[in-house]
Amino acid sequence: MTKYAVETQDLCREFKTRPAKGERKKTIVHALENANIQIEEGELFGLLGPNGAGKTTLIKILCTLLLPSSGTAKVMGHDVNTESGQIRQKINMVSGGETSGYGLLTVRENLWMFSQFYGMPSKLAKRRIDNMLEVMELSDKKDAKVRILSTGQRQKANMIRGFMTDPDLIFLDEPTLGLDVNASRLVRDFIKNWMKANPSRTVLLTTHYMVEADELCDRIAIIDNGKVLACDTPNNLKKMISKESTLKLQIKQVRDVKVFESIPGIRNFAYQHDASAGTTDLKFILEDEATVADIVAEVPKCGSRIISVEKTEPTLEDVFVALVGRGLHDINGSEGK
Amino acid sequence: MKFEEEYEEPSWLVMNLRTAFGRAYPRVIGVNREPSWVFFDTFFPILAIAAYIYVYTALMAPPQYLGYVVIGGAMTAYWMNVLWGMAAQLYWEKEMGNLELFMMAPTSRMAILGGMAIGGMFTSTVRAVTTILAGVFLFGITLKLEDPLMFIGIFVFTMLALYGMGMMFASLYMLWGREAWHMSNLLTEPIYLLSGFYFPVKGFQSLLGDPGYWLAVGASIIPVTLGLDGMRQCFFGPADGFLPLWIELLCLIILSVVFLILAKYSLSYMENLAKREGRLTLKWQ
Repeated sequence: MTKYAVETQDLCREFKTRPAKGERKKTIVHALENANIQIEEGELFGLLGPNGAGKTTLIKILCTLLLPSSGTAKVMGHDVNTESGQIRQKINMVSGGETSGYGLLTVRENLWMFSQFYGMPSKLAKRRIDNMLEVMELSDKKDAKVRILSTGQRQKANMIRGFMTDPDLIFLDEPTLGLDVNASRLVRDFIKNWMKANPSRTVLLTTHYMVEADELCDRIAIIDNGKVLACDTPNNLKKMISKESTLKLQIKQVRDVKVFESIPGIRNFAYQHDASAGTTDLKFILEDEATVADIVAEVPKCGSRIISVEKTEPTLEDVFVALVGRGLHDINGSEGK
Repeated sequence: MKFEEEYEEPSWLVMNLRTAFGRAYPRVIGVNREPSWVFFDTFFPILAIAAYIYVYTALMAPPQYLGYVVIGGAMTAYWMNVLWGMAAQLYWEKEMGNLELFMMAPTSRMAILGGMAIGGMFTSTVRAVTTILAGVFLFGITLKLEDPLMFIGIFVFTMLALYGMGMMFASLYMLWGREAWHMSNLLTEPIYLLSGFYFPVKGFQSLLGDPGYWLAVGASIIPVTLGLDGMRQCFFGPADGFLPLWIELLCLIILSVVFLILAKYSLSYMENLAKREGRLTLKWQ
């Protein structure tokens, strides 16, 4: 029988907002609507959605910080409504942009303090902290006061705080939010390595970075306006949408490209000459993928040679657009990577 | 990475003791990291008691009245800490982003608040001791402890009841955030008067007769009222005491138990309510 780390059934959460000036009635916001999610133990599960989609609300419910309005949610087999004590022993959470701890304390002292809330023996906690500081490339800052850390360094410390208790299930709520490329990569590598070394552990990751979700997650749920729109592996999600293949070809510059127009299986064809580079860029929209071979075979016939070939596949962004009806970055502004 | 060593889930007691120690640490260590607070927390309170001492001296009040003021000044530190440090702490923790992490930890909220209380008591004790030293060395107050054991009993149970009350107030801040500041404001100056911070509460009876007696009885719900009176009796005898010492100690023991139990239940109730209303995670309230 499959063991679920997280299991929700028709989970709903509503928030009542204060009435606006001149209005009498409170507005009800449906942050989550009938969310049904099952996450198996050992999975790295992603929640993908724009700001305000309901990702954080779901995490807060699963972390026992918020009660559902209706429906049920179980974490490691325990009900969030009635068994929060048992859940808390097995979980931890790291949020992006988190500012926890006390600025007066050093990184090491802050981490030690949080370890005490989980009843960790001091010596063991300090050993773990030192090891993790090394892994997170933060050893040189261990005696620095938290208030002087940069955003990236602070987030690395937050990651140590979340993982040092060795939780069965960890919630990572946009863990790379606001981090630079190197810090993001370090955090992602850490998550991957941790899952590899601890295959029974479970991670629930929320993000609105498509690349991150694609790179890390075993399965992804796409969520918008409180509703789970789809839930599957990244590959299956991509297969869900039918999309014609696109072939991009860069060849040594040729005068006449009409030869390509007559190849059967090409729906659309565009080209652009770059005189300074001496190249021609060709873009084909293909009805049939088998046409690729015919196109490549035509190149030498017109007296040219291939410089580069690129065949593009559907991305999670395409899946998101297909399901939600708008791009993630249209919603989030310029927050993408 | 994989941790080589695992640890057994600690017992309830060990878990909570570690939590309290962990949470007390930032407050205690903070004292060393930013010593400037020592000046503000010791110099200004001395000015406050100086005013009363000069008034009593000008009125040629009996010498023990100067001692009453000094003891009251010392206890002010704890009362202020309970109202603004202890009770409001969960509001500040929420603003700082710590509250969520405290609430999802598998430890008792009472242990976290207990740690805050220990840390708060540490800083308040520095202020209280300075006030007493100022009374002795600057204003020539003579303090003679007749019954040290009774004094320790009164002090310990005053602290337990007082900080138990602070924990109860903390639950209100957890739910209502900054709106609960009104409560702290309401309980600052009026309690200085009702609990007799600068005069013995027996004075109400002398001034108002029976209603004054009942006013003092009502004020005794605030543990600092009986605590102050008891400590004053320990130093200066029972002449101006409100109730016999043993009754005051008994009342303080009862208040300690009642407030700690109430704190536990009100924290649990308010936490549940805050989770239902979504206020636990809501900043800028």
